[in-house]
Amino acid sequence: MLWACILLPHLGIDSVLRRHPTPDEPLALIGGPFQRRELVAVNRAAADVGLRPGMRLAAAQAIAPGFAAVEHAPAHEAQWQRFLAAWAYRFSSQVWAGWPNAIALEVQGSFSLIGQWPTFQARLREDLAALGFRHRIALAPTAAGARVLAGVEDGIAVLTPDQLRTTLARVPVRRACLPNEAGPRMHGMGIRHLRQVFELPRDALRRRFGVEVLQALDAMLGVVPELLECYRPPDVFDVRIELSYEVENHQALLFPVRRMTADLAAYLAGRDGGVQQFVLKLEHEGIAATDVEVGLLSAERDPAMLFDLTRGRLERAQIPKPVVGLRLIARDLPPFVPSGRDLFDERPEHAVPWDHLRERLRARLGNDAVYQVAPTVDPRPERAWQRAAAIIPEAPNRPTRPTWLLPRPMPLRDARVRVLAGPERLETGWWDGEDTRRDYYVLETAHGQRVWAFCAVGQQGPWMLHGWFA
Amino acid sequence: MGQVVALDALLGERRVWRGRPVAPLFSAQPTGHAALDAALPAGGWPEHALTELLLPADGVGELELLLPTLARLTNAGADVLLVAPPYVPYAPAWQARGVDLRRLHVIDADPKQALWAFEQALRSGACAAVLGWPSKVDHHGLRRLQVAADTGHALGFVLRDRKHTDEASPAALRLEIDRERRVRVRKCRGGPAPAAVFALAATH
Repeated sequence: MLWACILLPHLGIDSVLRRHPTPDEPLALIGGPFQRRELVAVNRAAADVGLRPGMRLAAAQAIAPGFAAVEHAPAHEAQWQRFLAAWAYRFSSQVWAGWPNAIALEVQGSFSLIGQWPTFQARLREDLAALGFRHRIALAPTAAGARVLAGVEDGIAVLTPDQLRTTLARVPVRRACLPNEAGPRMHGMGIRHLRQVFELPRDALRRRFGVEVLQALDAMLGVVPELLECYRPPDVFDVRIELSYEVENHQALLFPVRRMTADLAAYLAGRDGGVQQFVLKLEHEGIAATDVEVGLLSAERDPAMLFDLTRGRLERAQIPKPVVGLRLIARDLPPFVPSGRDLFDERPEHAVPWDHLRERLRARLGNDAVYQVAPTVDPRPERAWQRAAAIIPEAPNRPTRPTWLLPRPMPLRDARVRVLAGPERLETGWWDGEDTRRDYYVLETAHGQRVWAFCAVGQQGPWMLHGWFA
Repeated sequence: MGQVVALDALLGERRVWRGRPVAPLFSAQPTGHAALDAALPAGGWPEHALTELLLPADGVGELELLLPTLARLTNAGADVLLVAPPYVPYAPAWQARGVDLRRLHVIDADPKQALWAFEQALRSGACAAVLGWPSKVDHHGLRRLQVAADTGHALGFVLRDRKHTDEASPAALRLEIDRERRVRVRKCRGGPAPAAVFALAATH
């Protein structure tokens, strides 16, 4: 087994920055007790103006007045770690997200699918960069070993247990992620590198630092198997973004919405599923949230398409009050069946399937705006067609019908009509109380149009126009 | 140039390459009307382009002209979209004329949205043919539709009032139908517009 460990040293601030409208301006995460506020993490711009983690809030404000301060929320970090575990799950079935700011995944089993480690690593880095998380990655035969190595050197890859032992031997004890604060204590005793720890008698080590340290060292070297409880993806996608400002127009919501739909797509790809229905909740101050329902006719997971559809629905939604938060919930997650294209398809490269176009049109024009027509067996002309049925029946054999039907008949004001055919008497509808007694004629108007018109039984006029033989 | 070269001599020496007359591009989209196919330089609808039909009124044979094409496309498994038609496409009649209704889609939209939908449908490449009735579309709008049809490799059909005949249009083919159900080619890409007029058969 080969484990890759992805260390996320800036998970807290990255998760804030990735959905912040101006990530290039100074920003700091604030934490600590109320009377002793201090900076937990800062972004690059804030570091450039002299802010450092651990600085008191008052001091920071003196140095750089007006930097953006965001409350540090450990729960959020845990949530984002879970999200990343879901993302990593698409690369491997064994994902461990139990360590703070780190994700470990078994990769050897996926080499045949994704490619050898250089390709694999490039994929991971590309995805993480796109998701907006800074990271360090290392590869080792044990998860704990990979974690230690990732902390020491980004991009290091160790393939055999022997190589792992010699590499770990050079790691300073303070950076070996040992439990019980053993690292600093060993350092205080003059032990500088893990090599010296490996050479110490095990019994003495156990008595002095506790059995946990011994177990950690064994796990790191692969002497004993690691017992990691693998991550299992949840069955509901639910993310929430709290906006730091009130938003009143749709445009400003698009940026966070794009992130959310991209996250949803990443999650769906991870579990090889699609989404057929999800809700975007626009949260307001004081009143109930506005629900923007997005329903699709088939399961989809393409990020661009999900965003496009959500935007279409969002633009149609009424926003009664400024929006302070967004929440996206997807419960209905059916399996995704990718649509295949014919090898000899002559359509252009970028052509989208009709289903995608239909979804896009429905999102902007409304659910009922796109339809199909089908004949029915009813003899009354206005009821002889219906908006799409699943199965399109064969129309009964009748005299020629016009290709255009008027939505409702209207009087034909033309005195010089010529009768071409008729009458065709329709005397029907007794079963539902809407009796119809009409004589239908095909007429030619003075303008040369051929019309389908009817009049009362046994008369010729006044005419009611009902269709065009176009 | 003091020297006068006789043309015959020059050609006799075979030092001048005489290009062959360019064979016209044959369209893979016949209109279904033999007389019209024969009159058009491409032998059918201009592919990946916009065709404009100019009508004096509704119901003068515009569907008569298009239905053979729509029937052929839908039966071949391609999707056809009607963007905001002015009337109800009457399913029994369309079916009787051979259109596979499973492949026929209709959109309801107000004029502004309809133009957007028209362009989207043409551009997407999802439909083999898109029919639209844009009431207020300027030259710029038509140009966009033409580009979209080119991008999406679709047949675009714009049905407009005859009063626009004198306006310039970027459409590759412009056909005018008059009250006697006669079709006249007003403009066609790839050659001069044929003077021939041909009459549409009336189903009734």
